[in-house]
Amino acid sequence: MTDSPMTDSPMTDSAMTDGPVTDVFAPLAKAFPEVEFEQVLESQQDVAHVPADRYVDFVAAARTAGFDVFVDLCGVDYLRSNPRYEVVTNLLSHEHVRRLRIRVGVSGTEPVLSSITSVFPGANFYEREVYDLFGIVFDGHPDLTRILMPDDWEGHPLRKNYSVGSVPVRFKESPKAQ
Amino acid sequence: MSDTPNVVTGDLEAPTTEAPAEAESTSSETADRKREVHDMWVAGTEEPAWMRSYTDEGAQEILAAEDESAPELTRGTVVEDDFIFDDVADDDELQILNMGPQHPSTHGVLRLHLELDGETIRRVKPIIGYLHTGMEKTAETLTYMQGSTNVTRMDYLSPMHMELAFSLAVESLLGVEIPERGQAIRVLLTELNRVSSHLVWCATQGTDLGAVSMLIFGLRDREYILQFFEKVTGLRMNHNFIRPGGVAADLPDGWEEDIEAILQKVPQGVSEYEELFNGNPIFRDRTMGVGVITPEECKALGVSGPIARASGINWDLRKAFPYSGIDKYDFDVPVGKHGDVWDRYLVRMEEIKQSLGIVKQVLETIPGGDYRTTDRKVTPPPRKRIDESMEALIHHFKLFTSGFKVPAGESYAAVESPRGELGMYVVSDGREKPWRLHARTPSFNHVQALPTMMTDSLVADIVATIASADPVLGDVDR
Amino acid sequence: MAHRSGPSGFLLTTYDAAINWTRTRSMWAATFGLACCAIEMMATGAAHNDLARFGMEVFRASPRQADLMIVAGRVSQKMAPVLRQVYDQMSEPKWVISMGACASTGGMFNNYALVQGVDEVVPVDVYVPGCPPGPQSLIHGILTLQDKVMSGEIVR
Repeated sequence: MTDSPMTDSPMTDSAMTDGPVTDVFAPLAKAFPEVEFEQVLESQQDVAHVPADRYVDFVAAARTAGFDVFVDLCGVDYLRSNPRYEVVTNLLSHEHVRRLRIRVGVSGTEPVLSSITSVFPGANFYEREVYDLFGIVFDGHPDLTRILMPDDWEGHPLRKNYSVGSVPVRFKESPKAQ
Repeated sequence: MSDTPNVVTGDLEAPTTEAPAEAESTSSETADRKREVHDMWVAGTEEPAWMRSYTDEGAQEILAAEDESAPELTRGTVVEDDFIFDDVADDDELQILNMGPQHPSTHGVLRLHLELDGETIRRVKPIIGYLHTGMEKTAETLTYMQGSTNVTRMDYLSPMHMELAFSLAVESLLGVEIPERGQAIRVLLTELNRVSSHLVWCATQGTDLGAVSMLIFGLRDREYILQFFEKVTGLRMNHNFIRPGGVAADLPDGWEEDIEAILQKVPQGVSEYEELFNGNPIFRDRTMGVGVITPEECKALGVSGPIARASGINWDLRKAFPYSGIDKYDFDVPVGKHGDVWDRYLVRMEEIKQSLGIVKQVLETIPGGDYRTTDRKVTPPPRKRIDESMEALIHHFKLFTSGFKVPAGESYAAVESPRGELGMYVVSDGREKPWRLHARTPSFNHVQALPTMMTDSLVADIVATIASADPVLGDVDR
Repeated sequence: MAHRSGPSGFLLTTYDAAINWTRTRSMWAATFGLACCAIEMMATGAAHNDLARFGMEVFRASPRQADLMIVAGRVSQKMAPVLRQVYDQMSEPKWVISMGACASTGGMFNNYALVQGVDEVVPVDVYVPGCPPGPQSLIHGILTLQDKVMSGEIVR
């Protein structure tokens, strides 16, 4: 058990208590003054609002700062706000027992964002999913193709201006429907 | 490890027969990495004594960590992504093989695009989306009240965890507190669900490696739990029982006896499986050193749950970010060492026992009281009030037709599902339907990590590796 | 086995009945598990429900060896061509059971991603309702199909 360096993550009581935000994020906040940190819902949900041009640098710095577990990446379509899209990346630190949610705005007219697959290879499928469902192009992604929908599908289903695509319920055998 | 309480059960290498145990110690001690072949034989079918010399035949065991050459030899090439590579120079010698999407061993409609060099896999590309159901879009058309109906169908082997993650995310936006009895019921059901899901894993892992009787055995014991679920929730699967605000109903009369029966029958079955698996030379040979993933790769690829724990990452969301009062119960987190299929088997078997231990504690300590929050904003009035009061009837009707409003904001809540970290990201715009619901599903990452586990292994190891990753394709494609 | 009275056509009817009887008693299913229903299909074949009682426990991986396709689960737009291809590969006579609400009608997912009923892709003989249908429902559906085959209602 002791031979693996990964098993000594401090899941002790002291590490799980609420520390001030600045303790863990201080180096990040210092290196990225333009990044805005906030804590939502009083439940240890730390959010960082990152400008799109510093996104990859920030994720790389966060990885060095201990947030080395890639958790999640998803898109959100805020339709009427500016910028229209947002890409939300979730990172986790086993060392600090903290999560970090990184929110990046992406323009609606030109939805392009740099890919973080060079930092976290795990973002590969997630970025493909966001490309597939939202049409956000990830610059520098090794294989940006559709992942969930068929290759010849038109449109990006999770955009708010894409309809749910429901068809009216038909009662095929009902005499009234004839 | 010893100074962290409630975390580790110690070394998991605990086979029932003595001979393989010797093989383990031999393998870690001898520098020439040989193993005694007679250890692989079932009692009574031993080879003659002259054959009991050291041989390399069938030696796929994990090498000692001190051995520096071990990672290259046993863990394959460390691959970051299957298609980041440049094309191999001699493309002509590679054979392209398509596996799936309709294939018995692939746990659903997973498709693999394999590039083979003889028997060796050079590249793997998982192709998914054959079960894409558009649930995230559908979720935007359903109220929070109806939402758990939708999410429960994502991971159909652990529906309770899907509902719980969704409910926790919504509740964190609402700011409601769940009474202790409601929380205990949630823990009871989710832990039972973990057992039933691992039993299905056990059944399919056995089947994929040729032990078809495991399918019968695993599903037999799972049936006891499903019968309990049917009694409690009305459905065998896709329960829609854990909802924002609590659970749908209290436990039925006589549930204690049912749990006691489960606590008696399932461990019996589990010890039977261990008897079948632990000393089985075929099973050991086909799982040890197969499908290896390192802790670093797990972190970079977002692999979580039993797979990450089997590779030595001591991480369980139930310990790190406790939910639904699960920190009140005493349980251990099994951690493996080698990150191969065998260690995943050991971790999952131990998790079944630990979960049953939690169930036992819930049975002993479950408090009385309400099973859902008394906040009338999210909870319908009690049945009795509806008979008495017109307002209560209207309230009930409004709640179930138009739902309740959730304050604007965003929240991410995660639970430890049988497969790993299962997160729900909910964005609310202040209305009664979510603006966006995203499910961070563990199987999605695990399918993504399949190339890392498989590259440079043999074709026969594919099914063992897929089965040990335990992907649920409903969970992957949503 | 059905015997009919009268000398004329005696041989012919029993021949049909005999063939139908053999068809029902060894109807092998192709594994076409897609989603939740596939788990219930597995549970139907397992110990508690024991599909072997009806001569159907042999789930064939190859469509060439299968007589029956149980479409268990939701059929996405991406899966529909695959489903049709597997169906085309099955040898005659062949039957289809649509298991569950999603396969029959699209179920609760009336959206862009799902085929609203597998009968738009392949002909369906028996629909089994439920979400997911329990093993008992599936067994009832299978028995219904066997009755239909026995009675000659389905002519292939």
